[in-house]
Amino acid sequence: MSRLRQLWVCYRLQLKVMMFSPFEGFLQVFFPLMFATAALLVYRVNNDPEAMLYAGIGAAAMGIWTSQTTTAATLVQRERWAGTLELVVAAPTPFAFVVLPITFGMATLGLYSVVAVVLWDWWLFDLPLQVENWPGFVLSILMATFTIALFGFLLSVTVVRYRTAWAIGSALEYPGWLLCGFVVPLALLPGWVQPLSWARAPTWGVQAMRASAAGESPWFDLAMCAAVGLAYALLAAWLGNRLIDSARRHATLSLT
Amino acid sequence: MTDPQAAVVARDLRRTFTTRQGMFRQTHKTVEAVKGVSFEIAPGELFGLLGPNGAGKTTTIKMLITLLLPTSGSASVLGRDVVEDVREVRRRIGYVFGGDRGLYERLSGLDNLRYFSELYGVSPREQKQRIGELLELVGLTGREEEKVEGYSRGMRQRLHIARGLLHDPDVFFLDEPSIGIDPVGARELRATVAGLREQGKTVLLTTHYMFEADELCDRIAVIREGEIVAEGTPADLKGLVSAGRVLEVETYGVADAEVASVREVPGVRSAIVEERGQVQVLVVSVEPGAEVTQQVLARLGDTRVGRLSHREPTLEDAYVELVTGADA
Repeated sequence: MSRLRQLWVCYRLQLKVMMFSPFEGFLQVFFPLMFATAALLVYRVNNDPEAMLYAGIGAAAMGIWTSQTTTAATLVQRERWAGTLELVVAAPTPFAFVVLPITFGMATLGLYSVVAVVLWDWWLFDLPLQVENWPGFVLSILMATFTIALFGFLLSVTVVRYRTAWAIGSALEYPGWLLCGFVVPLALLPGWVQPLSWARAPTWGVQAMRASAAGESPWFDLAMCAAVGLAYALLAAWLGNRLIDSARRHATLSLT
Repeated sequence: MTDPQAAVVARDLRRTFTTRQGMFRQTHKTVEAVKGVSFEIAPGELFGLLGPNGAGKTTTIKMLITLLLPTSGSASVLGRDVVEDVREVRRRIGYVFGGDRGLYERLSGLDNLRYFSELYGVSPREQKQRIGELLELVGLTGREEEKVEGYSRGMRQRLHIARGLLHDPDVFFLDEPSIGIDPVGARELRATVAGLREQGKTVLLTTHYMFEADELCDRIAVIREGEIVAEGTPADLKGLVSAGRVLEVETYGVADAEVASVREVPGVRSAIVEERGQVQVLVVSVEPGAEVTQQVLARLGDTRVGRLSHREPTLEDAYVELVTGADA
């Protein structure tokens, strides 16, 4: 119970840090909107409503991916620059419970960007969200957001040991758009790329969103999304202690 | 012989850093920052680790607070090994370092304390009262709702101290806490540190301010180039040089070779140059009974010389002699 309270209080305070600057908050939404606009302008050429819905849902998920992969790693890097990383590592709380509220803070901003993209698509492209299975759709969004947050968690843990690892987050942003099938069907990608796509939780998350919207069963995709997300969490927890020990051995915690 | 009741024990602690340079033809450089440091701190004692920049003070502290693994040697805090029993050591220590960093600038002072209260497992029931007491202790009551980015350096440092005390640690590590603080702020900080000792806390303080160590510490260890070169009470350390005298010679443009030559004069323990405005003051520590004035002046050759004076040695002289001992 006290652990839950700790996570909740730390989540609220980390969210406060993230939402401090209205300008940064604006960018958090602005970039996904621009990416969604670009994708929908390309798809609109064919004048196919089904393809537009496909792209609209993908663009919404793209916002979560963008807001979390690029920033989750940067947030831990910020702790390094602020000199708080050593202090939180030196706290008796396991480091995983320090990082989780940060990544869930990012997930909240990711959800915020989903809503913004859906409204934007509706307003600018006259693309109302047509969803057959709303509970499944909302659950799929939450699952996609949650598992992308866990991927951010995995990235954050590596930043503790390798001070330049935050760049991986930025490097993964655009390949992620393709590999997760946000705006390009996975069937168009070469066969050898498919396993890489399956290893990404958002691939299953966005498939679940599309299945729910189309009135199909999302449960298999949701289960796969949860399983891959769980694998991220286990990997991060396993790596966490080892990377912290490595950082203590190689004295990288105080490096900026 | 290790005292089983000691609050902090360091035994032959060593720490080596390896740095790499170059992308294709990488070269490795190894630096031995701490070379076999040993000391003990009794419960309730305020122990000072004194040394110049780069002497190994912070590296030693970081090994004791579990942020760095020792390359060899061992250390324990309240009987818990700093490598094997990390969680328990962290639960019972507080750590504060000097400077501007280490706080969430975008949060208020109060939110910073709330955040770290959670990370240090302060129960919700105790938090409010504890934070209130600590704000009072460090003189930040009434300013706690302001964002830290608007705090002065002194206020930040006091907030750091409050943060370090949130979980009521038994042992407190202070790494150059007064660095960069104005004299009034530094005095308030020293009063806070002295208050910690009165509360029975064990404190390890690193500093390179002589008067700070002299005023606060029960015992001092002087560390030079990763090794402890002297240990004792402030009076013991002063005693190392109190049997002699100090000759000060004002010079204008004294050369390194001449200073080295002065060090060769029989009866001279050490010689260093202090810049004081336009003047370089040659500070020569002299053994008891030795009369070296004429010889020192002779070694200065054509260098323009101003006023000469003699005085009694201070703790600072002892410190300078200890930390420059290798080449003095």
